[in-house]
Parts: sequence; C-alpha cells; structure tokens
Amino acid sequence: MTVKKTARAPKAATGARRSPAEAAQPALVQLLTPEGERVEHPDFSVETTPDELRSLYRDLVLVRRFDAEATSLQRQGELGLWASLLGQEAAQVGSGRAMRSGDYAFPTYREHGVAWCRGVDPLNLLGMFRGVNHGGWDPNEKNFHLYTIVIGSQTLHATGYAMGITKDGSDDAVIAYFGDGASSQGDVSEAFTFASVYNAPVVFFCQNNQWAISEPTEKQTKVPLYQRASGFGFPGVRVDGNDVLAVLAVTRWALERARNGEGPTLVEAFTYRMGAHTTSDDPSRYRIADELESWKLKDPIERVKAYLVREDWADAAFFEAVEAESEQLAVRVREGVRTMPDPDPSSIFEHVYAEPHALVDEERAGYLAYAASFDSEGDEN
Amino acid sequence: MAAEQFTMVKALNEALRRSLEENPKTLIMGEDVGRLGGVFRVTDGLHKDFGEERVIDTPLAESGIVGTAIGLALRGYRPVVEIQFDGFVYPAFDQIVTQLAKMHARALGQIKLPVTIRIPFAGGIGAVEHHSESHEAYFAHTAGLKVVAPSNPVDAHWMLRQAIASDDPVIFLEPKRRYWDKAVLDPNGAPELGLHQARVTRPGRDLTLIAYGPMVKVCMEAAAAAAEDGQQLEVVDLRSLSPVDFDTVAESVRRTGRAVVVHEAPVFMGMGAELAARITERCFYSLEAPVLRVGGYFAPYPPSRVEDAFLPDLDRVLDAVDRAMAF
Repeated sequence: MTVKKTARAPKAATGARRSPAEAAQPALVQLLTPEGERVEHPDFSVETTPDELRSLYRDLVLVRRFDAEATSLQRQGELGLWASLLGQEAAQVGSGRAMRSGDYAFPTYREHGVAWCRGVDPLNLLGMFRGVNHGGWDPNEKNFHLYTIVIGSQTLHATGYAMGITKDGSDDAVIAYFGDGASSQGDVSEAFTFASVYNAPVVFFCQNNQWAISEPTEKQTKVPLYQRASGFGFPGVRVDGNDVLAVLAVTRWALERARNGEGPTLVEAFTYRMGAHTTSDDPSRYRIADELESWKLKDPIERVKAYLVREDWADAAFFEAVEAESEQLAVRVREGVRTMPDPDPSSIFEHVYAEPHALVDEERAGYLAYAASFDSEGDEN
Repeated sequence: MAAEQFTMVKALNEALRRSLEENPKTLIMGEDVGRLGGVFRVTDGLHKDFGEERVIDTPLAESGIVGTAIGLALRGYRPVVEIQFDGFVYPAFDQIVTQLAKMHARALGQIKLPVTIRIPFAGGIGAVEHHSESHEAYFAHTAGLKVVAPSNPVDAHWMLRQAIASDDPVIFLEPKRRYWDKAVLDPNGAPELGLHQARVTRPGRDLTLIAYGPMVKVCMEAAAAAAEDGQQLEVVDLRSLSPVDFDTVAESVRRTGRAVVVHEAPVFMGMGAELAARITERCFYSLEAPVLRVGGYFAPYPPSRVEDAFLPDLDRVLDAVDRAMAF
C-alpha cells in the first residue's frame, strides 16, 4: 500500500482560502464513495492491492462483530456497560492500519477497532466493562495505551509521549484519539499548544461522530473542528470517516509529517455514532430516526464490499469465510467473558504504588484479618 | 564539593543538578524554569548546563505540564515538574488525581509513573492571593500519590533526590518561607533517613508537637520557649504526609501522653484531624489529654497584612500546649 501526498498542507483542507459559506460545508477527503466507487482526490491518494483491500474488509467485519457481541453480552448481564463503535469502524481501522509497530496509540474508551489493529486481544478490552479491572493490559506490549475515560486527558499523554520520541531521536509517531465532545476540553487545547510549540510527532485524530451523548456537535463548536488546527499553527484535514481508504491515506500522510519532523496534524474523521453513546444511553430521546437512516446509506463496510465485488476481487467464498471467522471470534469472546474470573478482593491493595506504602500495607493486613475472621467462624460452625 | 552552607533554594538546586547528572532520563519542566531559573531560582543555572532538551520552559498551562509529564514518563523519562505557586496547581488537579495517581493501578502495575511535582507551598511571605496556600490534605487524601514536605535545607536536598529516584508520583511541597534558611550540607554524603521516615527533631517528655514543612521551625521555637518555663516538649518533624510514619508518632506520644498537631492549612479536615484520630486509636491508654490542633482558620487565605493572625505562631502553639497540659 502506498500513499501519495506532498508534504505541504492541502489548500482545500485548511479552509484558509474558502468563503465562509464554503467553510460551513467543507468537502470531505473521500476516495471510496458510499456506493463503493473509487474516486480520486487532488491531494490524497492510496493504492491498495486486492489482498490489502480484502484484509481491510476483514478487519471491519470482525471489529463490528466483536462490538455487536459485546453489546449482546451487556444485555445478557455479562458486562456492566459497553461503549459501541458501531458506524466508526472505518475511522478506527483506517487510522489503526496506518500505524507502524513502533507507533503508539492513546485511545478513548471506544477505540476497539484501533485495539484490534494494534493486535490487542479483544477479550482484554472487556475486563473494564465487566468490572474485573480498569484496563489492565500492558500498554507497552502493543503500544496501545489504556482506555482513558475522562474526556480528552489522553491527548496530553500522547503529546508528552511524542515529545519523548523527539528526545529519543526516533522516527516513531503517536496518534491521540478523541471525539467531538472532547474538542471542548481545555486539555485538548493545551495538547494542541504543547504539540505545536514542541513540534511533537503526534496526530490528533478526532472522530466527529456528531454526538457527545445527547449533544450535537453544534453545541461544541461554531467552526468545523478541523479548522481549529490553523489557530495552533498546524494543518487540519476533514476526512470521510466512513471511508477506510481515505482515512488510511490521510492518517498515513499525517504520520509521515510527524516522522519527518513537521509536527502535529489534526485529522477530523467525519463519521456517525450509529448506536447509543453506551448501553446505558437512549438516543431516541434526542435524535430523529431519519438521521440514522441517512447515515446507514454511508455505511463503512458496505462500500468496501461493493468495491470488492465491483472489481471482482472477492467472491462469495471469501465473504462467507470472513463471516465464519467473525462468528468464531464472537464465540471466543462470549466464552472468554463468561469464564473471566473476578479478581480476589485483596487485589484492591495491589499496585496502588510501585513501591511499598505503609498505610496500604496496614489496610491490606487489616482487610485480610477481617476476611479471615469469617473463615474461622465458619470452621466453628 | 565538601560540606558547606546551603540555603534551601541552593540545596534543592543541587539536588536537581545531581539528579540530572545521575540519570540522563531526568527532566525539569515548568514555567520559567529555564533561562530565568524559576521565580525562586531553584532551577538556576540548570538550563545553561543541561540545555533546553532537559530543562524545559513550558507553556503557561499547568494541566498541560502535568499531562505531558505523564506522557514523558510513559516514554521512560523521569520528569520533575515545577508548579510555580501552590495556588496554580488546581488546573492540573485533574491530571494529578485522575491520571497520575491512578495509572499505575489501572495498568495492574505494568507501567510506572516516576513524576515528581515540586510546589512552593504555604504562606508567610507577604504574597498576593493564591501564593500562600497549604493544600496537602487534597493530595494526601488521594491513593497513588506520595506527599512529602521537608522543613530544612538538608532534608530538602536529600528528600528531593529520593523523590526523583522514586518510581511513584511524589508531590513535593517546599515551604517557601524557609527557602532562605541555611544549614550545612554535604551533597556527597548520604541521607540520614528514608523518604517516608519522620524525625524526632527535639526530644522531650511532657508533650509531643507534631509538624512538617514551615511549622517545624515554629514548633522548635515554641519548645525552646517552653523549656524556659520547665516544660520539655518533644518535636516530631513528620517529613512525609503520605505515607505518614505513624510508628514514630505513636512511640513519641506513648511516652509524653500529650500531642499537639500544628500546620498552616485550615484545621478542619486537615492532616491534624487524621493524626488526632490515629493517635487516639493507637495511644488511647497513654493519653493524658485530647489531641489538640493548631492551624489556619476555615476562611480563604487572608490578605498579607493580616496573614500573621491566620498563621500559627509561637504563642498560638504555646497556648495549645497550655490547654493540653491543663488536662
């Protein structure tokens, strides 16, 4: 897969030379239409082999199937909560597959598709939603940081990490994931400032899924989000977040900028949260069904399938095989969650500190003695 | 460099210098810490000798400073962050409490956050609002943070080196009104105590004064004054506020039977409340009097012209001593 993109910031993307009316409805970078037609863009392009395209399709399907399974597991009481990525598969797979192994991702709590691309076992993502841990995977194993729940905080961690990459003289890069709601957080603005001032190799990847729980993007911003970047001195691009090829091309370009010492980039992946904010949410209270229906026509998976069929790069056997694989994944996830053990209560006291802490030690001993007192009462009976 | 006189500022500066020399991953970050050397000159000369890659002047955004320090720590660095004044730490409070303190546990111990946050704290220097606050209870209340407050130049030096060497996040509270106190220090020597050990600074048999940071000196003066009246007051310098060395405290109070806790922070819900409760639990049958507390009032830190009325001084400490002795 190759990406062609000149190093200069695309004129069409900065919005600087557009009329206000145009700026209000900025064009998306799109390489694959909702109908599955491959189109060209003046600034961005990507060449994919049939194998690579089939691989992207597989990612999209497996990630969606995993997500659907997790939603079901929440409905069955196996998970306490689930934050579905339904509709955002292309934004996550396209950006996740743009990364190299040495790159580092700082996710929100919805980046299940990015985790998949990084090679994190999907079961590891479910521990926190089941309530057996708060994350728990080793972030450095796959260069995928823990899910961050407080909105926007991780953009600063990503920026600091990227500053460290520069100090190390490495050409790795970082992606900071966040959403349209997070764009209002001070931490995100501070991350933009630090990244710009230190020319940090970080890509700010904003999935604008149109809704921050019940608040539409209009409650967060008066200008298209990607245009925020220009005030901080780096380029911003709005990409069709449901177009995996466009997301791949734009993210690769942004990562290359970072590697080449050209600093941060803001990518706004324009997409849609097809499901609820989380399984605790009820979108019917705040958005109309027509909106959902219109976005269904822009589905990120259907267009890849249509393209594969149109080009005769995949046959029925391929689609059936991916479907079968997705069912196997669902079974593995279902069984894995149902047999996921609760932690020992005394684990509350583990890893509070890296080094000994007298109070934690004292309280652990107190808890263990208290718990043991029930055992001895049981013995007496 | 042999033993010589150091102000606390110089002792801290030398600790930072040694830490930068000893570990190439150590970084200094903060507002004006570079060319200026910090508003109190604690980082004086470090920018010149170690360069802007290791002594980093940051944008004026405290959450950004701590948040990027976390990211640098995740990359393997050991950031030492300066918050310019106590009252400016609150924009970073979210990053400190929700991220820095909890990330090690969130990762089940698989990542470490060796971040030291230096904060010039407490009052007594005639400053404007937000420059005199004692917020140690907020931090000590948060599991995952270690909190320390030295009282003198020698402890300041060694405790800072120990804090930077720690693999845990440490809130390092510097008593700014003691910045210009002097003591003999040999940076080539070794620390007398571990970072989280308290010290009996003055032995006595009648009552234990418990303090930390700026109030240790006040308590030492109170003990000297009381000695003239024939009272032998013991002074315990806590040094560490999380964890607290309760063993040293309890051992002292069991001998003296009386305790007075002194801090600048408001008495209500302060460190003194926790100490009084713990002392009562551990030393109940040794106590001759309730544990008394001397501290700031439940009011915003006052304008400097009246801060002397807010801050515990020798007379207020001795007044509490008299009340405790009257039981």
